[in-house]
Amino acid sequence: MSKASNAGRTAGEGRAGAYLKRLMWPLIVLAALLIVNIAVTGFDFIVPDVHDDRLSGAFVNILRRAAPLLLIALGMTLVIATKGIDLSVGAVYAIGAAIACQYLAGRDQSAVGAVAAAVALALAIAALIGAWNGTMVAHFGVQPIVATLILMIAGRGIAQLITGGQIPTVADSSPFVELGRGAIATVPVPIWIGAAVFAALVLLTRTTALGMLLESVGGNPEASRLAGIRSKGITVLAYLIAGTCAGLAGLIGAANLGSADANNGGLWIELDAILAVVIGGTALMGGRFFLLGTTVGVVIIGTLEVTIINVGLSSQWQFTAKAIVVFIVAMLQSPEFRAWILRPFRPRAAEPAPTDPDPEKALAK
Amino acid sequence: MSSTTLTERPTRSTLFDGLSRYIPVGATVVLLAAMYLGGIARYRNFDNPQLIPDLFIGNAALLIVAVGMTFVILSGGIDLSVGSVMAFSTMACAWLTVDAGLPASVAVPAVLAFGVLSGTFTGAVIHYFNVQPFIATLAGLFLYRGLTLQISDHDVSIREIDFFSWGMERVEFGDPRDGGFSLPYISFIAFAVVIVAFVVLHYTRFGRGVYAVGGSEQSALLMGLPVARTKIGVYAISGFCAALGGVVAAFYTKSANPLAGVGFELDAIAAVVVGGTLLTGGAGFVLGTVAGVMVMGLLSTIIAFQGNLSSWWARIVVGVLLLAFILLQRVLARSGEKRKG
Repeated sequence: MSKASNAGRTAGEGRAGAYLKRLMWPLIVLAALLIVNIAVTGFDFIVPDVHDDRLSGAFVNILRRAAPLLLIALGMTLVIATKGIDLSVGAVYAIGAAIACQYLAGRDQSAVGAVAAAVALALAIAALIGAWNGTMVAHFGVQPIVATLILMIAGRGIAQLITGGQIPTVADSSPFVELGRGAIATVPVPIWIGAAVFAALVLLTRTTALGMLLESVGGNPEASRLAGIRSKGITVLAYLIAGTCAGLAGLIGAANLGSADANNGGLWIELDAILAVVIGGTALMGGRFFLLGTTVGVVIIGTLEVTIINVGLSSQWQFTAKAIVVFIVAMLQSPEFRAWILRPFRPRAAEPAPTDPDPEKALAK
Repeated sequence: MSSTTLTERPTRSTLFDGLSRYIPVGATVVLLAAMYLGGIARYRNFDNPQLIPDLFIGNAALLIVAVGMTFVILSGGIDLSVGSVMAFSTMACAWLTVDAGLPASVAVPAVLAFGVLSGTFTGAVIHYFNVQPFIATLAGLFLYRGLTLQISDHDVSIREIDFFSWGMERVEFGDPRDGGFSLPYISFIAFAVVIVAFVVLHYTRFGRGVYAVGGSEQSALLMGLPVARTKIGVYAISGFCAALGGVVAAFYTKSANPLAGVGFELDAIAAVVVGGTLLTGGAGFVLGTVAGVMVMGLLSTIIAFQGNLSSWWARIVVGVLLLAFILLQRVLARSGEKRKG
């Protein structure tokens, strides 16, 4: 079904061709960043090597550290596909981390059962929070940005309430920290989790009708409802997945650090996730989504942060670099901007008003 | 206003018309009174005459920024960059007076002018290139935080103490022993911003335009209102208010912290919503925002008086208040839709 909708959208082009076209810009940016890094630090940057039975190397580390962001960005992609946005994921990240660490702090941390219970509890609460967001949006008709703002503000307070204002720690010997630091078949566990969630979501949305339903709800919720789609349930499901992904991301982050910081854990990760989704070519208008593009967007953000250090700029440049990326992406996605910037290069006949001296004024009309 | 009596009341009434548009702001005022009276009943010294004025000292910057945010939200937009712009303005005040050696009387106007220019630029990008306000101001959030950190990644003390201590000079109203109180000049700056904003919103063409664009941009355009000027104007006002908030913070703390005001945009948005302004735009009052800021200030005061409550309860209660007000607005909007049909 998704094949049909894709083919219809790109009017005759093959599915692979359409994918390649949408992925072209993100991949070019990623390639440019990689080339800069290789030029500065040599081929060691990209070529992984095996130390102590696990892959290591700069690029593997980027992927490992980007796994929480990838999970959140994948969930965010589905929410944005329904024309929504989830601002609360950073707070849910903190809550998930806080629940798991607080649960383990008072128990036998080396027991696998306790760790499994902590993980299950954290994911269940995260899913519940996601479902709450979805209910606010779908059933109460609150704007997504407003509905999720409530938990964005209150969520870190809840996380601090859970931890009692402390930073609970988990011993390095606990199986829980393997979620962030361990390796299976030499590949770090966070990369496995990220890949597994990505594969699961792709299968769930592209081999079943769910992807098309998400897109139709995002395109026009009322029309989808009239067409017989339970649009409210679909919306709640999207937020539920986003919440669960955020909770899982919090678990990986907490496992990596061995502690849960309710104030700073996952700070601004919702903004990074939205940025990754937008870089990946999913429009904020909703109605279509692109999980592979999001993944490339996440890798771009992860690589960008390392590139800044590698080319010798101070880490303070991170914010500025992100601002520039946000600005460029927003501009490139704006049809008005493209029309304005391409205007001098168009053949003269195509110009609608060649005598107008001020293009901005013409746009305003 | 008198012309409304000449025609039949339209059956397709607008969202918040008549008396019902005062319900959210009325709820805020009732809440505020209940919090104050509850505080008096529960805690000793809560009736101290300095208590209410103190709300306008610590929250002067928040009040100024929230007033700017009110304009943006009324017009149907949102400005996420205010916290970063504020921190950048404070840092720029410090940097211009300490490192660049400029007199403060030059530095402060330069910072305010920067606020207007950056807001104008954001507004122009949003309007002409049809970029979502959320994304355009997100770029500002990252950019100005990054620039602030590049100026300095640690606290900077502000020189020109003579100039910057002016802001905290107090004006006494009566004797503190018999019901008098005192306020510093920064509170009067905040009051002036509120009064100007009130007059602009309710008694000028620009103000009516802000409500019209927030209600329906398409209709405003068809009515021949200057949509471009209005939309760019609100972001310029918000930028100015954020920069002024930064200057007031410089007066208040006499130092600049590169991580000051992280999450400040959320406080400002929360104050506006708790003040009864509709987040989708088109309905609300700037005086409601004043009440919203007072609610948030009083909340921290009560938590301080209680003593055994931790500061995170403030965030949770603000979240609950937000939820309550958003649901109240939905209920009112629903009943408005029913009347339509």
